[in-house]
Amino acid sequence: MIKNLRVKSSEYIDETNRISFKFNGKTYHGFKGDTLASALLANNVHLVGRSFKYHRPRGIMTSGSEEPNAIVQVNPGTNRTEPNVRATEVEIYEGLEASSQNCWPSVEFDIGGINNFLSPFFPAGFYYKTFMWPASFWEKYEFFIRHSAGLGKSPTSSDPDIYDHRNIHYDVLVVGAGISGILAAKNAAKNNFKTLLVDEKNELGGSTIFENNEFNKIDNKTPSEWLKKEIEEIKNIKNLEIKTRTSVAAYHQYNYLLARENLTDHLEAKDKTNKIRQRLLKIRAKKVILATGALERPLIFNNNDRPGIMLSSAVKKYSEFYGVACGSKNVFFTNNDSAYESALSLYNKGINVEAIIDIREQSESKIVKKVKAAGIKIYWSHSIVDTAGYKRLNSVSIMKLSNDGTSVTGSKISISCDCLGVAGGWTPAVHLYTQSGSKLKFDEEKQIFLPNQNTSEQISVGSCGGDFKIDEIIKNLNHKLKDTLNIKETDLDNINVEIDQENSKRNIWLLPSDKPLGKTKPFVDYQNDATAKDIKLALREGFRSIEHVKRYTTTGMGTDQGKLGNMHALGIIADTAGVKMGELGTTTFRPPYTPLTFGTIVGRNVGKFFDIFRRTPMNDWHVENKAEFENVGQWKRAWYYPINGETMHQAVQRESKAARESAGILDASTLGKIDIQGSDASEFLNRVYTNAWSKLAIGKCRYGLMLNEDGMVYDDGVTTRLGENHYIMTTTTGGAANVLGKLEDYLQTEWPELDVYLTSVTDHYATASLCGPNSKKILKKIIPNLDLSDESFPHMSYKEAKIGNIQCRIMRISFTGEHSYEINVQASYGIDLWEKCMEAGKEFNITPYGTETMHLLRAEKGFIIVGQDTDGTMTPIDLQMDWIVSKKKYDFIGKRSLYRSDTMREDRKQLVGLLTEDPNVILEEGAQIVSELNQSPVEMLGHVTSSYFSPNLNKSIALAVVRGGKDMMGKQLFVPMENKNINVTVANPVFYDEKNERLNA
Amino acid sequence: MFLINCPYCGERDQQEFKAGGEAHIERPKQPTELSDDEWAEYLFMRKNIKGVQFERWNHAHGCRKWFNMVRDTSNDEIKAIYKMGEKPPAQ
Repeated sequence: MIKNLRVKSSEYIDETNRISFKFNGKTYHGFKGDTLASALLANNVHLVGRSFKYHRPRGIMTSGSEEPNAIVQVNPGTNRTEPNVRATEVEIYEGLEASSQNCWPSVEFDIGGINNFLSPFFPAGFYYKTFMWPASFWEKYEFFIRHSAGLGKSPTSSDPDIYDHRNIHYDVLVVGAGISGILAAKNAAKNNFKTLLVDEKNELGGSTIFENNEFNKIDNKTPSEWLKKEIEEIKNIKNLEIKTRTSVAAYHQYNYLLARENLTDHLEAKDKTNKIRQRLLKIRAKKVILATGALERPLIFNNNDRPGIMLSSAVKKYSEFYGVACGSKNVFFTNNDSAYESALSLYNKGINVEAIIDIREQSESKIVKKVKAAGIKIYWSHSIVDTAGYKRLNSVSIMKLSNDGTSVTGSKISISCDCLGVAGGWTPAVHLYTQSGSKLKFDEEKQIFLPNQNTSEQISVGSCGGDFKIDEIIKNLNHKLKDTLNIKETDLDNINVEIDQENSKRNIWLLPSDKPLGKTKPFVDYQNDATAKDIKLALREGFRSIEHVKRYTTTGMGTDQGKLGNMHALGIIADTAGVKMGELGTTTFRPPYTPLTFGTIVGRNVGKFFDIFRRTPMNDWHVENKAEFENVGQWKRAWYYPINGETMHQAVQRESKAARESAGILDASTLGKIDIQGSDASEFLNRVYTNAWSKLAIGKCRYGLMLNEDGMVYDDGVTTRLGENHYIMTTTTGGAANVLGKLEDYLQTEWPELDVYLTSVTDHYATASLCGPNSKKILKKIIPNLDLSDESFPHMSYKEAKIGNIQCRIMRISFTGEHSYEINVQASYGIDLWEKCMEAGKEFNITPYGTETMHLLRAEKGFIIVGQDTDGTMTPIDLQMDWIVSKKKYDFIGKRSLYRSDTMREDRKQLVGLLTEDPNVILEEGAQIVSELNQSPVEMLGHVTSSYFSPNLNKSIALAVVRGGKDMMGKQLFVPMENKNINVTVANPVFYDEKNERLNA
Repeated sequence: MFLINCPYCGERDQQEFKAGGEAHIERPKQPTELSDDEWAEYLFMRKNIKGVQFERWNHAHGCRKWFNMVRDTSNDEIKAIYKMGEKPPAQ
């Protein structure tokens, strides 16, 4: 029977606004202001999930983002579904659906629960140890392991929501809006610092807004009353921006922080559409104030994971903030005074508290006395040795703790209860602090890690800085603020605080049971089912480093990153290995603090914005004419133009023949173009290219090869001298940006004395390359008054001309070996130029060709493509391009390296041509080349770099790099493939028109 | 993510910059006079120290200027930034 445990109205719950939602298919009701966790607890639902390894029933443990157990699938089966969401962070709305994870067929009856009974067979490292052999079986094991592993289900359709990124800059960023954060933000903003205050919750105030301990007073008010007034005040401060539902995920160096702002997750489906769901804030702050608070520690005892066992602070928050009793028979288990505050809070609301079990011998603080006076039974020096209740806690067994805390004595007392609040002290939330690179130190007295050495301008205030009492918090906050903001006065100077809080605590990392450890289940990491005995086993097996123990036992490796249990893991290791906590260090806290959605990470970079594409001015024409495209760097280049259902091979064969027999046209706009000017431009080219440039006449073009300083070919292209001090350099399409960068580097750092100016003009010009024996006639039709005779306009020269009113630069240069012209116009006229060429070329059957045909045609001529036939290990000598390396020049980039003993080796890989014995067999690019077939192992001599079927030669041709290939002309080699060996002959890489007669045809 | 104070533009995010390796390795004026070992020293040998290191950086998505940075590689603290051609600060 479900009974409603809503016990008292709360100002944070709107009881006039009733909300229905579904959990595991069943409809429940809650109120506006509830989280999924508080609403379920109000409906007396504790069992919400199954644990990862043993499938043990688990309930809600906490009230915040540190929740390890209550992780649910939100809106299952929809395109907005999200796995691994903490029920404690989901604000309910009308129509919300959620379901348990990691259970089948249901959370009430889970087949996997059998693992719990088999648990003696699943120790730490079980998978590593069991599935090692036989090695060949791994694939079979993997299938089953993958099916049984994993929490939740990822969505299967695309995400309908919009995500956003925003860069923001602040003088001061305050993380966490508890009492410290609010006071810090207020004082920063009032002192003219542009301030941002963020908090992961939907309400400001942290835990202080429900802090009603009557013994603590600020200016004669309870801390909660006092803080509410402060909250009202900061909402109207000019310099202060406040963002709730905003969780800082990462704190990087130089005060660069990433935060996730949640904008629509708490809204009904109808209100979510067309709104930004989550925004990633990229924050730069001059100063960061961390006020992230502290997380309450559980206690580690036998069967400490049953539904109904919760943190004492969570029990208090559910009652004070949400008005929900977590149980009707409550028991607390503690090592400090915190549980007494929770107990009193329940008592004051009329909720039954059965007993408090305290491992301390006694405490005389006012609050303890008050609890005693209320008639609540306190068991001093007692510890819980076992708990009972499979799907919901029904009792705890306690025994007297020995003086040294390592064993229990006396008789067992059983206490019936349905909720156990556990209080193990407080751990400062230093996760973000350490992410920033700052260092912690261990405080032996308080048994906590505290901020020690800051790497950037930051302070940690409040309990994340180690101050737990309100008077200490305010006092230390005050002087830290004055110090870091460099201000003389704050409004904290005159606050009057009265408190009666005691920090007495008895810390025992692993509490003993009457049973031997091996027969108990003291969970340290709830989400990954790592127990204290797993940790001890790891130590017995020789693991010492905390990082290794973590990985071996998976402690702290869940989606919660072990926010609750990591300290206990460290403590148990330290105790067992006999070392000090401070010496052990901590594992690394990595971003994100709480999981981020992929949507938040990618923001708007989805769909067509996933990557940047560059398109040429003629792109529309290519699309209209059904070109297939290939990606070259960021460019979309026309690859080939199939007509009438041609295959790629058929299209390329047709295009290649047309270009040599009549006329072809290529969109060459993507080639990199660098405008070079200055009185030292010629000298500069001399230094960056391997060949000589000083004597290049104005109006002439020259091919150049650029090396790296290590002598390896880096880029190539034709450069044209436009004027005395003016050149235009072309680079490969993919290399344009890097070449410009390299040239700028040399100019700025090695040769600042040179008067040279570089400008990238790649995007400023559109280029059509007209090629073939009829190209001259076509150009003549377009520009009738231009003298195209070989005398006036020879190969490797340039002319300025006008097509109608359009100014153009025409280079008579050729990458195909045919008579050709590259016509450059201002980019915006590219499409006109292209259409004019097509129109004029109609009578010659002008054929547009793409990059594939271009590659084929140049391969017929043995022209290299940098990056295809070279790979950063080829010198010009290796490429048999000795002719382009000046012997006369004293120096150029890479020259000295050409004379290194290694680059002069005769047996380097060298570029050669390959012809297959069967002219119809086309080699595969990348195929390996050997000289022996019947030898094993056999030396790989090299590989095929370019391979095509040449329609103009009617046979297959290939370029390859082969060890010592230069001296192998005519030699037979072999290309072994999967099913056959291909016989090949080494040949001259120039297959077509060796004498270059066609250039002037 | 560093915040780098470009000597020409001021403070900018690291993503606008490109790192260019160790600084103050001058290209030899007369490479042909060098032995293979001496040339290899210039070409390949880099210190890559843990600690204070002198580096070249380029404001690639900004003013495109090269400059020098002194950075402690153990904690990524940027100790100094100065223009090309300027003398490195005394350590």
